[in-house]
Amino acid sequence: MKERTFRQDHLLGIEQLSVGDIETILETAEAFIEVSSREVKKVPALKGKTVVNLFFENSTRTRSSFEIAAKRLSADLINFNSSISSLKKGETLKDTVLTLEAMNPHIIVIRHSASGSPHYLTTFARSSIVNAGDGFHEHPTQALLDALTIQQRLKTLRGLKIAIVGDILHSRVARSNILLHHKLGNEIALIGPPSLVPLEFEKMGARVHYDIRRGVKDADVVMMLRVQEERGAKNYFPSIREYRNRFAINREIFALAKKSAILMHPGPINRDVEIETSMADGEHSVILQQVTNGIAVRMAVLYLLKGEIHEALN
Amino acid sequence: MKLLIKNGRLIDPAGAVDQIMDILIENGRFREIAKSIKKISGCPTIEAKDMVVSPGFIDMHTHLREPGQENKESIESGARAAVHGGFTSIACMANTEPVNDNRSVTEYIIARARQVGLVNIFPVAAVSRGLLGENLVEMADLVEGGAVAFSDDGHCVMKADLIRKALEYAKMLDVPIIEHPEDHSISAEGQVNEGFISYKYGLRGMLKAAEEVIVARDLILQERIQSRLHLTHISTAGSVELIRNARKLKTPVSSDATPHHLLLNEELVQSYNPVYKVKPPLRTEADRLELIRGLQDGTIDCIASDHAPHTRDDKDKEFEFAPFGVIGMETSFAVVFDRLVRRKLLTINRLVELFSTNPARVLGLKNRGRVKTGFPADLTIFDPKKRFKIEEKEFRSKANNCPFLGWEGQGAVAHTIVSGNIVYSFKTR
Amino acid sequence: MDEKIKAKIMDDKKMKRTFQRLAMEILEQNREAENLVLIGIQTRGVHVARRIQQLVKELENIEIPLGILDITMFRDDLHKHEQQPAVKKTQIDFSIEDRDIILIDDVVFTGRTIRAAMDSIFELGRPASVQLAVFIDRGHREMPISPDFKGKYLPTSRRERVKVMLQEIDGKDQVLIMEPKGF
Repeated sequence: MKERTFRQDHLLGIEQLSVGDIETILETAEAFIEVSSREVKKVPALKGKTVVNLFFENSTRTRSSFEIAAKRLSADLINFNSSISSLKKGETLKDTVLTLEAMNPHIIVIRHSASGSPHYLTTFARSSIVNAGDGFHEHPTQALLDALTIQQRLKTLRGLKIAIVGDILHSRVARSNILLHHKLGNEIALIGPPSLVPLEFEKMGARVHYDIRRGVKDADVVMMLRVQEERGAKNYFPSIREYRNRFAINREIFALAKKSAILMHPGPINRDVEIETSMADGEHSVILQQVTNGIAVRMAVLYLLKGEIHEALN
Repeated sequence: MKLLIKNGRLIDPAGAVDQIMDILIENGRFREIAKSIKKISGCPTIEAKDMVVSPGFIDMHTHLREPGQENKESIESGARAAVHGGFTSIACMANTEPVNDNRSVTEYIIARARQVGLVNIFPVAAVSRGLLGENLVEMADLVEGGAVAFSDDGHCVMKADLIRKALEYAKMLDVPIIEHPEDHSISAEGQVNEGFISYKYGLRGMLKAAEEVIVARDLILQERIQSRLHLTHISTAGSVELIRNARKLKTPVSSDATPHHLLLNEELVQSYNPVYKVKPPLRTEADRLELIRGLQDGTIDCIASDHAPHTRDDKDKEFEFAPFGVIGMETSFAVVFDRLVRRKLLTINRLVELFSTNPARVLGLKNRGRVKTGFPADLTIFDPKKRFKIEEKEFRSKANNCPFLGWEGQGAVAHTIVSGNIVYSFKTR
Repeated sequence: MDEKIKAKIMDDKKMKRTFQRLAMEILEQNREAENLVLIGIQTRGVHVARRIQQLVKELENIEIPLGILDITMFRDDLHKHEQQPAVKKTQIDFSIEDRDIILIDDVVFTGRTIRAAMDSIFELGRPASVQLAVFIDRGHREMPISPDFKGKYLPTSRRERVKVMLQEIDGKDQVLIMEPKGF
């Protein structure tokens, strides 16, 4: 059996991962699924390691998922929740992280509204940095857990058509998924109004569609993105009503996808906005499986990064 | 007080001179310019063999931060930075605290500049009170106080009616209005140039159109008003084309570009390093190349640094939270000479026009930008062969937000002479 | 590390006889074969366990449940590796509560793997007993661990490596002693 190598110090984004890295994470995650099915859901792999959840945006689900993942690996975990407004007024991100690092953590998981913040941390931090979502940029563990879910349901990650519907412009989930499926050679369709799906996204290896029917046709995976009301307020579209009429997924449109197609959503879902409520709970929906897989993927990432304290870049 | 400069290659486009000349300075003014001037005993002499002697460089777009933000820069540190970069005159923008929208602030800046000496400082006053874009400042009073131009700079005059009236009123005073063309309703929260890079890296974008619609608007207004309009730090191929066409229609307009827009492109922001965060943003390679063509064909008149000092802490942040701007006075000449003149994209003579002749004309600085008997003796002498490496420890500016750190090349300022005084020499340090 | 063969210890015939003896001994020592479960340690231990499972079936016509255990997460040397070792699947589709476990590996050396396997097993439940079966015992124990069943005791030096090759993985059955090149 070939031994895989994983030589990343940080998980900043899908962009930095090779196909081999992605496969290693997914294979490791598969092994961790079993741990979560045990009576005692704990292994000692990261015993004595400290993980900091550094969240500057509210995200109970991602934070909890990392928390459970860390705890199932027997790591010690601290949650540090703050807000962007306090960051602007008070202590800078650098000072916050330097203060936390004085307590010698091994891994810092960061969620931040500014794109590139995790990359910025790597310029001075000694811990391993895990990007749990940076601005509109990347959300790598989400794309990895999506990939794991696709692999479980469709038994492959190759030769697929992935349709992503919604606010691509402001979606880190979309970007990480585009990068991942482009690396794996899959066909990618991006669907939404031109104000939210600029044509330049085609340079990332995707096709842009303004007509959801065309985009979803023959898809193996239909991934819906959460639509934020404040985008309407900024005139990216006239109203939620009109958005729903053109871009929500319902049974009729989903029927254009392949018979085996699955319906995904990174959550939290807006029922009857981007997704017809019965579809969210329907037989094609894998939304809850995505959540479950999130823990295994995050365990794999934490395990593989290991949290070796290293020399800061500068 | 005399100073003799011997055997330098004098390039003075305004006087149509490009030959080896000796220059005698007396009491702060040019006394004699001739093929050979005999050495005078006791008179300090600069041997300028193999060097270029240019009318003093003028940076028409800088931020000195004083009054108000002396932790970023001061008139004194800014002046030191200016002469280190070869500038004998600089114009400073109005976004100080308080804003330079009234005569007392203008007079304060001039008084401080005089105390410091070193360099000529020409204040640019705001177009609108408080830079708020609503009401005109007392322009005539400010001109009497010493303001040489008016600009709301980064705020851009967003109301078309206000820029119309400013241009009309300034016509009476014969002073330029300097516009930083940016439609804020389009650029909004933008961080970088909008396009593939901004989309891929999840950074809010500023469309090129945000600049171009203001360039077009101002040029259309100016077509009728025929005042003095200067468009500063233009950054897009579209802006160059609009100005080029306006010139064909004989619309009076001048413009400048910065060294960073001429030498860098948007790809650098992929590092999320805030040192590359500027306004207007670094654009595409095609835009950069068109700016260079604009310099070559005369569409763009000047090179200005938009020297915008920030503290280290200001720039040591998440990209989105860091302020816009880079410093430039100390590096403008070196990087432009090395990357554009040495690579034969510009002639030395054109460089002198861009750094001296034209900024003097645009700002209406009488008797500057030219080497002529009786004029104030401002000179920049540079050595085209001297190697340089841009290093933070050499900066006189308080700031270090320079995108050219580590660059190496050839061509360095040897002496900066302001009113006959040698205010900087590379040998003396 | 470059290695060369120092000696061939067993061929396929010898190994077959050894497997048969191991299976017989396990049955002999465990009167209630119905309560037995086999747990093979990833990767070669699993194949050794499958052989024993098959032989027991041939001998007594009973199918002893077989589980697969990956002990990576319980290793005591995780912090010593440049990179994290690959985690393989653990698959034990039955309860181990009150069962008699035969823990199976190809080679026992320092005993650390067995220590990790026991920790791992006790996270899964409380078995009635745990016995250890290995194909080769090569000595050099660092833990108070001793196999209950062993195919062969093979004194080795520390720098050597015992390679139990199996048809399923390597295409042939044989046991080799390897030593580093240059010795």
